[in-house]
Amino acid sequence: MEDLFAARSQMALSLGFHIIFACIGMVMPFFMATSHYKYLKTGNPLYKDLTKAWSKGVAIFFVTGAVSGTMLSFELGLLWPKFMLHAGPIFGMPFSLEGTAFFIEAIALGFFLYGWGIFKPWFHWFTGVVVGISGLASGILVVAANGWMNSPSGFDYVNGEYLNIDPIQALFNDAWFSQALHMTLAAFTATGFAVAGIHAYMMLKKKNIEFHRKAFRIALIFGGIAALLQPISGDISAKDVAIRQPAKLAAMEAHFKTEKGASLIIGGIPDEEAKEVNYALKIPGALSFLAHGDFESEVIGLDQFPEENHPPVMVTHFAFQIMVGLGMVMMGLALLFFLSNWKKKEWLKENWFLWLFALATPLGFIAVEAGWTVTEVGRQPWIIYEILKTKDAVTPIPGIAYSFYLFSAIYISLALVVTFLLIRQIKAVPESLKEANAESPKPFIANT
Amino acid sequence: MLYVVIVFLGLSILLYVLMGGADFGAGIVEMTSPAKIRDRVRAITYQTIGPIWEANHMWLIITIVILFVGFPSIYTMLSVHLHIPLVLLLIGIIGRGTAFVFRHYDAVKDDMQRIYNLIFTYSSFVTPLFLGLIFGATVSGNINPDAANFYDSFIHPWFNFFSFSIGLFTVAICGFLAAVFLVGETMEKELKSYLVKRSRIFMIVTVLAGGLVFLAAEVEGIDLVSLLVQEPMTLSILLLATLALVFLWFQIEKGNRKLSRALSGFVVSAILIAFGYHYFPDIIITQSGENLSVFNSSATGKPIETLAWALLIGSLFILPSLFYLLFSFQRSKVVE
Repeated sequence: MEDLFAARSQMALSLGFHIIFACIGMVMPFFMATSHYKYLKTGNPLYKDLTKAWSKGVAIFFVTGAVSGTMLSFELGLLWPKFMLHAGPIFGMPFSLEGTAFFIEAIALGFFLYGWGIFKPWFHWFTGVVVGISGLASGILVVAANGWMNSPSGFDYVNGEYLNIDPIQALFNDAWFSQALHMTLAAFTATGFAVAGIHAYMMLKKKNIEFHRKAFRIALIFGGIAALLQPISGDISAKDVAIRQPAKLAAMEAHFKTEKGASLIIGGIPDEEAKEVNYALKIPGALSFLAHGDFESEVIGLDQFPEENHPPVMVTHFAFQIMVGLGMVMMGLALLFFLSNWKKKEWLKENWFLWLFALATPLGFIAVEAGWTVTEVGRQPWIIYEILKTKDAVTPIPGIAYSFYLFSAIYISLALVVTFLLIRQIKAVPESLKEANAESPKPFIANT
Repeated sequence: MLYVVIVFLGLSILLYVLMGGADFGAGIVEMTSPAKIRDRVRAITYQTIGPIWEANHMWLIITIVILFVGFPSIYTMLSVHLHIPLVLLLIGIIGRGTAFVFRHYDAVKDDMQRIYNLIFTYSSFVTPLFLGLIFGATVSGNINPDAANFYDSFIHPWFNFFSFSIGLFTVAICGFLAAVFLVGETMEKELKSYLVKRSRIFMIVTVLAGGLVFLAAEVEGIDLVSLLVQEPMTLSILLLATLALVFLWFQIEKGNRKLSRALSGFVVSAILIAFGYHYFPDIIITQSGENLSVFNSSATGKPIETLAWALLIGSLFILPSLFYLLFSFQRSKVVE
């Protein structure tokens, strides 16, 4: 395996792994805080059990996210030293702020997880909210740093040197807002649907239905609202990318030739040699409309870029189609859920309805991975868009393939263990219900 | 503003060695305890570090961020030439963090516990070993940016006696910090006297490992003795540390836990400060003598200014909440 390809694979694997845990780590605290709030308001012990059950899941996901995030802060240098040498001081601002946010999150999590029965109830609740807010802030900051790679700003690039660096301008690069908004909504959608799906499945199994129904509702209210808002954010992102990174948009749409009144291509197999797309559904003018808000406007195609600067079209196009398709499915499911809440309450008890959501469990995360692929592969061959190429940033140490195999083995085993632990947690809920009902005087100890 | 960043860099490293070190050390104490007492050590370890372990390791992240934002050439040179030990360090970090949480949050307590324990204890040993080794490698003078072959470029910088001796010394320090800390965490007589004995053993090991560092430096031709004979400042700091250690040896049995902890923290801080003072302002000592220091390798202008402000503002949030976290869980244990 070639070193560059191995380094890219390792980075993709690491980020693809981390993104799942990061999403769950930043969204689940809000579900917990909602359930915790309901417990404090209503005194219904089911909500307390739910908060505790979720918090155990969060502990497992948080630690996995934290260690994989720690690894990434090293891997940036281990794999891309020439990138970090220049980029570090420029896009370091979001990372230094993120360090603080992450630190606060870890502290607040300590308060929250171990604070049952030690602190005043509302202070304890508040620490849970702080976990969520600081997690969210971390996520937004990291995405802002990625935005800078897509839309570098805050320096002058003169003769290969990075001059007049302004880290604040780099933080507020042109891509930060659209990317951060899209990623935040994606995190809520993916986590909401995944959590709701698991609880829907437990309802189908007829286990502690009341408990799981409460969990299902909380998760889907968050996930459903985010899924309904996501198309708006998607539209903002598309219009933004059309201006900032036309090559990426062209690769997403497999749009080879610059033209006015460009068609939107749905599905199809791009032929990168012949520069055409086969077997696709084409909607005339729609791409021009989506990119620039006008059916007649010109959309720049890949023909405007030298061949060596083309992103891989096939991967980007497929990933984009998967992301949009799954986003639509989840939007439809969200509509169905809100409709049932409003008019058809009996659906919530029917098997077909629960099966729909149970089957949708992984969709959000597949969409997240696909979206991440679009933004990263769609930027290639650049690591800093139109400044530094990925191949020029890779580490000089040979044999990165071995490092890739090693990290693959680690991530695969971690994923297996986390899945195994999660299954055990989900199965164990009924027992902890029994335990919690016979409330022990020292919940702190009982919990350990 | 560069000085603010340098102070924070030093502080993060110091706090990581103290807090992260005690945290790793808990695993080392568990690993070296006889089987019949290990379960009880494990139980108090969990009570002690459960709520704070994650925060203990954040200092490493802060250190890394300061390095890549403020001193990018240092960060990249370490990343390139110490790639292999860094990867091994990462494996230790992953294994330790996950195993610690998994063993307590696994809903079923079965044979998997033995696997978690194994991973936790071994990675508690391996991680500080490589951490120390990396630290040793940066000052060992074996990093050679112009090296032509694989061995000189990527192996020799860290695969040497001196780096390993620093690694072992770090492990000893971690075990020492943890053992002294854990003494104050139990009221049980038998366990307490066991931990007092352990603390003394780790004190001896720390002193021996410290001697090994000087021996290794002599063998490898690294000038470390000047720290003792030519620099009155470092010599007096180390003498104070030794006195504190002797005092701690006798005081630990009497059981004033605050004093014991303060003394152990002082000993370790003093060692680190003496080393820091000796090498300041250099961070990486290279073979050619063109060392990378916090002055010649720092970013300049706005990146340093914004980093300094971010650290100052960040610490306003972090430090009070961290102290409150430590204080709360210490108090809750006293109440129990």
